[in-house]
Amino acid sequence: MPKLTRRHMLALGCSAAASPLMTPVTFASTPGENRLVVIILRGAMDGLDAVRPIGDPGLATLRGGMGKDADLDGFFGLHPALSPLLPLWTKGQLSAVHAVSTPYRDRRSHFDGQDLLEAGMGMDALGQTRDGWLNRLLSLMPGAEAETAYAIGRADMLLTRGASPVANWAPDAALTLSPQAKMLLERVLHDDPLFRIAALEAISLSQAGLPEGEEITEGDMMNAMAQSSRRAQRAAAPTEIARFAASRLRGDTRIAAFSLAGFDTHARQDRNLPRALERLTEAVLTLQETLGTVWEKTAIVAVTEFGRTARLNGSGGTDHGTAGAMILAGGALNGGRVITDWPGLSEADLYQRRDLRPTRDLRAHLAWILRPMFDVSEADLTRTVFPGLDMGADPRIIF
Amino acid sequence: MFDPERAEKRFGCGLAPGIAGPASAAEIMERLRAPDEAAAAFPIPTFSQVLPRLRGLQLARQARRTTATDTARAETLESYRALRKALRLDATRWGGHVLLRRALTRDGLRERLTAFWADHFTARGDGQLWGLVQLPYVEEAVRPHVTGRFGDMLRAVMTQPLMLSYLDQHRSAGANSPIGQARGRGLNENLAREMLELHTLGADGPYTQADVTELAKLLTGLTFHMERGFEFRPNLAEPGAETVLGISYGGETARLADIYAALDALAAHPATAAHVARKLAVHFISDRPDAALVDALSGVFQSTDGDLAALTEALLTHPAAWQPEARNVKRPVDFIGSALRALDLVPRHIPLTAPRKMDALFTAPMTLMGQPPGQPPGPDGFAEDDLDWITPQRLAARISWAMTAPFQIRRALPRPEEFARAALGIDIPAPVRSAALGAETRAEGIGLILASPAFQRV
Repeated sequence: MPKLTRRHMLALGCSAAASPLMTPVTFASTPGENRLVVIILRGAMDGLDAVRPIGDPGLATLRGGMGKDADLDGFFGLHPALSPLLPLWTKGQLSAVHAVSTPYRDRRSHFDGQDLLEAGMGMDALGQTRDGWLNRLLSLMPGAEAETAYAIGRADMLLTRGASPVANWAPDAALTLSPQAKMLLERVLHDDPLFRIAALEAISLSQAGLPEGEEITEGDMMNAMAQSSRRAQRAAAPTEIARFAASRLRGDTRIAAFSLAGFDTHARQDRNLPRALERLTEAVLTLQETLGTVWEKTAIVAVTEFGRTARLNGSGGTDHGTAGAMILAGGALNGGRVITDWPGLSEADLYQRRDLRPTRDLRAHLAWILRPMFDVSEADLTRTVFPGLDMGADPRIIF
Repeated sequence: MFDPERAEKRFGCGLAPGIAGPASAAEIMERLRAPDEAAAAFPIPTFSQVLPRLRGLQLARQARRTTATDTARAETLESYRALRKALRLDATRWGGHVLLRRALTRDGLRERLTAFWADHFTARGDGQLWGLVQLPYVEEAVRPHVTGRFGDMLRAVMTQPLMLSYLDQHRSAGANSPIGQARGRGLNENLAREMLELHTLGADGPYTQADVTELAKLLTGLTFHMERGFEFRPNLAEPGAETVLGISYGGETARLADIYAALDALAAHPATAAHVARKLAVHFISDRPDAALVDALSGVFQSTDGDLAALTEALLTHPAAWQPEARNVKRPVDFIGSALRALDLVPRHIPLTAPRKMDALFTAPMTLMGQPPGQPPGPDGFAEDDLDWITPQRLAARISWAMTAPFQIRRALPRPEEFARAALGIDIPAPVRSAALGAETRAEGIGLILASPAFQRV
């Protein structure tokens, strides 16, 4: 049967009762059972600090003492802010990929770097990026519909933009309506299917993050009104986003994507990076806690636009660099190892004598994750999802 | 046929309790041809006026790197931060002025046309500084031309630093130009492609990849300097003539006049007329506009050599523009602007000098609604399709704003039944009337009216 999306249903004038969110009926076969969570770390995470090559003598020369870190495998250690994830490492459910980058080189602009990361393209595509690799992946998944993939958060992500339908929801857009207001709102919107269906979905999604059976009271609504100026400025907490993502992934959703900001550590990295990494840790642990049995089928992939300079700068921070690290977690991982062709940190090993040298393409690892998880062919991956990519050898990231 | 309330909703910024709407299409055109009162009352500087401040910030930033002592570095950092903070504060006020213009103008169509053409010629600044100056770009290159010639607006936007930087034109050099040869630099086709695909002929227009490349070669030399603004630099220009859509431009010496000649030819092309006519009809009337209306607009564009006042007048006097059914959904800026208008504001209600409040009341909610101010998703601007705007998340953001923001902006809220008349006009749907009366608080009643399709559709 043809795939049914919210758009199609609106065009057909279907009633709200037929919305996929309103009923347990799915209209298309769901494409497989695996779950992927993509987290974009905005601001260029310092891979050398997050996953520390403590066995490389160059590290102490470049960075001095970095304090206490958790030893992973004798050569790499984990930043203290990530150490709550160590039990996952022991279970083989945490991994890192090191000294990787997108094809982006030399200009070191966040905006261009993020565009290429999310577009999954090469330098020649700069300025011409219209859709994201995750959206193009969906175009290859038979039976993908709007609920298959969720983009979560207020920002419009290039990663999920494109021709394939992707559902969007920002937990901080949740409606706080009293029962009376909700009833009156439904009445006001009733005769306009576009508004009615969207509002019913919004009301249902607003409940998704709340504990079972909790109703919004009139007091909550007045409170929300008083607080809304504060709330509007602050994006949703990572736990809130992760909890919402898990609520969808436990159902028909197969892919969720969101971003975490705060990784641009030009100064006082010892103080600023932990805050950002803690948010990542919270997101991963919340997903683990709330995904239930689905965790075993899940891979979380955290990627950033580029790495940072190997040396600390004069204000205890790092500037924009080249290669960095990906952090992977989830029950689907063949983990407990750092995957890398380590380039070394001696002066001559550095890229332009300043940055960690990229030894492999970040996209190749993404492709090798997608290949088994969603049964996508290498030809489709290197033509459609990541045009022109050389996938290289299989690092066997997924079981 | 003409209807004063429909005119304000569909072609203006919405109904306002204290502002008399136009009595005829001729009156709308009269206001539009008169001096720009809203811009005078709520000024926004032009990009040229702001450029020296960007240059000052650039110098201050460079000074940070070149100072010798820690004390000097701290001083330069301090001055850089002060300059940046001042620019941020001003940019906040400009954003507020956009809303106040919409809330208080008697010439709403000018605001709508400015937004429409700014979107057609989308240019966006990225980064901490250039991200703040999209409105000055619009003020300089777009707004003065909304009743002028399309070709003049095209020329104005293509000589703006923000556009040249956004679409990478300042990085483009002829491979055989003096600079291209000396520094190994080459062509960037981005601006040429978007100019054909988005700004003039349209995505299905009659051009080939060869036209894109040739136009890109012809455009080499268009660039800007942080002190002098727009510049044409012949030593960046690819030597020789280029052929675009079958017409040859230029010769041995690179000249700006040849680029202008190509822009004029693109502006006058029938495909451009059809593309612009369709976009205008989609924006103001319906996602699926009446074919006769599009043809009529296209014809006027061609017969008047792209006279935008004549084009606008043709839209306002066409019967298809007045069909009673409201088919379009307001974009977030139209939604918020018209809500403020219906609330009968005075300027002091808008906290222009409090960036955090402005962000909480407008920027953050508009981002959740899908229209972050000054940050369109790509060179094709914001979506036109109603289905892109009324998604669960975006509608939730509209409803939340409607329920909470009016009370924060204006503590003394009007009675819901009076507000319904002010916001919706004579024709108030029965469910909206009863919901407004049935609400437990004034804020909720006003929120329900603003959340209604009757308010959000035009």
